[in-house]
Amino acid sequence: MLLAVGSLTIMGVTLGSILGAAAYFLAVEENPLEEELKEMLPGSQCGQCGYVGCGQYAVALAKGEAPITLCTPGGRAVIEVLARKLGVTADLSEHEEKVPEYAVIIEDLCIGCTRCIKECSVDAIMGANKLMHTVIADVCHGCAKCVKVCPTDAIEMRPIPMTLGSWHWAKPEDQHAMH
Amino acid sequence: MTFLSIKNSAPFTHQVSSVQKIMFTVLLALIPATAFNLYLFGWPAILLFTVTVGACVVVEAGCLILAGQPVKATLNDYSAVLTGWLLAMSLPPWAPWWIGVLGAIFAIALAKHPFGGIGQNVFNPAMVARVALLISFPVAMTVWVMPHPLFSAHAPGLADAIAITFGGQMPDAVSAASALGHIKTELSRGIPVSQSLAQAPDMMDMMLGYRAGSLGETSAILILAGGLFLMARRIISWHIPLSVMGGVFLMGAIFHAVDPARFAPGTFHLVSGATFLGAFFIATDYVTSPVSKKGQLIFGLGCGVLIWLIRTFAGYPEGVAFAVLLMNALVPIIDQYTRPRAFGRTRKGEPLPLGKENP
Amino acid sequence: MKLFPIRGGIHPDYRKELTSEKAIVALPMPVALYIPLQQHIGAPAEVLVNEGDPVKKGQMIARSGGTVSAPQHAPTSGRIKAITAIAAPHPSGLAQTTIILEPDGKDEWGELPEPIADPFTADTHTINERVAASGIVGMGGAAFPSAIKLNLGTQKKLEILLLNGAECEPYLTCDDRVMREYADEIIDGARIMAHALGVPRVVIAIEQNKPQAIDAMTRAASTFSEVEVVGVPVQYPMGSERHLVQAITGRETPAKKLTADIGVVVHNVATARAVHHAVRFGRPLISRVVTVSGNAVREPNNIEVPIGARVADLIAFCGGFAVEPESLINGGPLMGQPLPGLDVPVIKGMSGILALTAAEINQQPASACIRCGNCVTICPCGLVPVEMAAFIRKDNFKVAAQLGVMDCVSCGSCSWLCPSHIPLVHYFNYAKGMINAQDRERRKIEQTRILAEAHTLRVEKAAADKAATLAAKKAQAAAAAAAKEKDETPA
Repeated sequence: MLLAVGSLTIMGVTLGSILGAAAYFLAVEENPLEEELKEMLPGSQCGQCGYVGCGQYAVALAKGEAPITLCTPGGRAVIEVLARKLGVTADLSEHEEKVPEYAVIIEDLCIGCTRCIKECSVDAIMGANKLMHTVIADVCHGCAKCVKVCPTDAIEMRPIPMTLGSWHWAKPEDQHAMH
Repeated sequence: MTFLSIKNSAPFTHQVSSVQKIMFTVLLALIPATAFNLYLFGWPAILLFTVTVGACVVVEAGCLILAGQPVKATLNDYSAVLTGWLLAMSLPPWAPWWIGVLGAIFAIALAKHPFGGIGQNVFNPAMVARVALLISFPVAMTVWVMPHPLFSAHAPGLADAIAITFGGQMPDAVSAASALGHIKTELSRGIPVSQSLAQAPDMMDMMLGYRAGSLGETSAILILAGGLFLMARRIISWHIPLSVMGGVFLMGAIFHAVDPARFAPGTFHLVSGATFLGAFFIATDYVTSPVSKKGQLIFGLGCGVLIWLIRTFAGYPEGVAFAVLLMNALVPIIDQYTRPRAFGRTRKGEPLPLGKENP
Repeated sequence: MKLFPIRGGIHPDYRKELTSEKAIVALPMPVALYIPLQQHIGAPAEVLVNEGDPVKKGQMIARSGGTVSAPQHAPTSGRIKAITAIAAPHPSGLAQTTIILEPDGKDEWGELPEPIADPFTADTHTINERVAASGIVGMGGAAFPSAIKLNLGTQKKLEILLLNGAECEPYLTCDDRVMREYADEIIDGARIMAHALGVPRVVIAIEQNKPQAIDAMTRAASTFSEVEVVGVPVQYPMGSERHLVQAITGRETPAKKLTADIGVVVHNVATARAVHHAVRFGRPLISRVVTVSGNAVREPNNIEVPIGARVADLIAFCGGFAVEPESLINGGPLMGQPLPGLDVPVIKGMSGILALTAAEINQQPASACIRCGNCVTICPCGLVPVEMAAFIRKDNFKVAAQLGVMDCVSCGSCSWLCPSHIPLVHYFNYAKGMINAQDRERRKIEQTRILAEAHTLRVEKAAADKAATLAAKKAQAAAAAAAKEKDETPA
């Protein structure tokens, strides 16, 4: 009895020490992770996550300081890759998938100040000084930064309409157990 | 006029079939063999059968209530009745009532519902119950009697039967060994199989069922008839029954040819014990067998070989339940490795290379 | 002819006797025709007319909107009443731009292109141009612009033009009737198509449950040695393009490839008839034969319908509803799409309108899967529906895709026979939609990243340029100052 308890204790202590030592001496530099995470983010530097840009958000993610659900333009797709990379389960029940939106400039209100053009990180707004601006809907990724800088509130976000091409069947209602 | 709320995608036509109908057909297929055996083993068998099936339904209802699932709709699928029925058929016919009740609890409350109820269990519930009973109560589970047909001279009446089933008063001197048990015991005493086989019931009795054994072990012919009926109704395919029996027969025949004194012949293995019941009704259980035909062949063959191995080398004379349970555990892996080849793709899932369109 | 087996499949209750002996009748011209700009796979057509314009029968009213697209023509003479958005014949019920034509009752033909005098000496380009300009799309249901498929002969080595007359869906008899009544037109169209494709052989495959159609087609084809009519086994989904090619040639089309890659081009029999009309008479595709059937319809029938007639017009022509239908289907019951109502128009790819009762549909509430494995046995594509559905239920699309959900052709066989009535195909349709949506989203993110990087580079470069200019100016100024200083320095 004593022998068994003793030997197990010794084994536990020895193996534990080896593991501890290995973790300490063989630790991997974590910085490559930041780069990888940055690659996964849209890279539009929109700042909707609350950080200055995608790089800063990636740093925070790598340190485990930020939740993975902050990237609005990336949506569910980005959350899922981040979750896989970081080995965490994404709590998507809390995450309210925002309907994808795009910016529309109300022609009558635009004064052609070009502020939004300078703000747009994907060059989706066309126009010149004193001329009416327009948003290229296909390119706009819905960060809404332009809305904030417009002095005349001439920009509004509208949900991207569903089309015959983008419509698809919803999940079946039957919720019976299988497997 | 807009009257249609669109909820479902195609198809808008469905075959007339249901889980209930399938289970009912299986029960129907079991009736001839069951009726004959109940006749052979008389009132005690009828009482035990009723108790076991009834207990299964009650336990199922209880589990459904606990799980908060619809009770009536699920009970209506007859799956609990079928489990109870198969369990009863694998018990010694004159076993006491509590064997049936305990078996029902093992089968339904332990083997079926903890996994999530119908369709979810990994192991065949009736076989889990049988094995658990056999290991826990080896004596009660191995008391076999010779047939005492109803209304025959030595048959127990209803009152005697109640005493046997509910009173535990097993009359002395009625017990008999099953054929498999007999040769195993004899072999352990150094008597070769070739000799002990001579004392076993002859082939005809074995086929018809006039011999000692559990309810469903006897009467191979009626079980076969039920199995063929299921095949004709396309409830089961030939793959599992044939591969189970093929496995048992081949192993038996090969080893018998090598050493007839030590090994019983293939035909004996085929008609004795629960080979037929196992091949047609137990191993073919949808939930616990592979979904693809190729997987089913592998599964059946595995069952057959294991049955022979257990009968020949293990401590128990009969191995159908153990073999089926062991193969049940392999089903997920078999399923994974026997997926069919997708149209236009290689086995590995790559698109077929051009110029090789005739795989 | 030696045929080859196809995997799996089912034998549903065909119910074709409801309409199989009903000769094709023409629908009386409705009071208005609703011609959607998108009746085909690809880009919508572009409107050529304005509200109030008079149009003649056969006049092009919307032109092809891109390389994969098809024009639309006026099915009769009349006046353009409006160009507006109305509900599409699609389960979403979403609206799409539609030209509303008010017939004048004269049914006057406009100026049509000249018939191609001898199509068998004409070159591929001439025939394809005519087919494209006539707005012909696949009439079996997929509605892919036919001219593009007829052009495949210039890119691939082709051997066979396979005409699909299998019509394996229950209820539908429109192809059956067209083959019985217009066999000569189909054979002529098929020969023209074979000429355009440059293939030496035409095989016409018809399921054996249509003996009269086989007879009629065999008779019509008897004088042409290159045309062969083949009766194929009655086995759903025999009419699936890839499966039919396998049954006829034994060749299995590799995933992500076309049947043309293994030398076979497949067209529907009704499409061949439309080609005949376009080439021989210059007539565009402005009508089609539609089977109206189902137990909820009083008098099921096969009707030649001008494109754009509303479903309500067809139902009324068939005596209205005998009972309130449970579902209204565009196409066959196994692969058809539910319609949102009666006000949607008939389009070029619509082979049937089915008004089905609940008893015909027999949709029961789903119960738990009992792993019977029948779906695995009958899947014509060699997939494992039971496993795919289990992963899709948990929204695990990655594994579902690995298991091959994108290879599923939604033939409906597994849902048809599932004893637990699990809506397997609905799960697969949901997964396909989600996977496509995710792909689109990923592409968008990729595009955004590229644009954002370009933007950053440009801004940085602009800043650098500005700095450089500034520095240069400063240097210039300094130099100038130095020079000035030098100048001012007294000699």
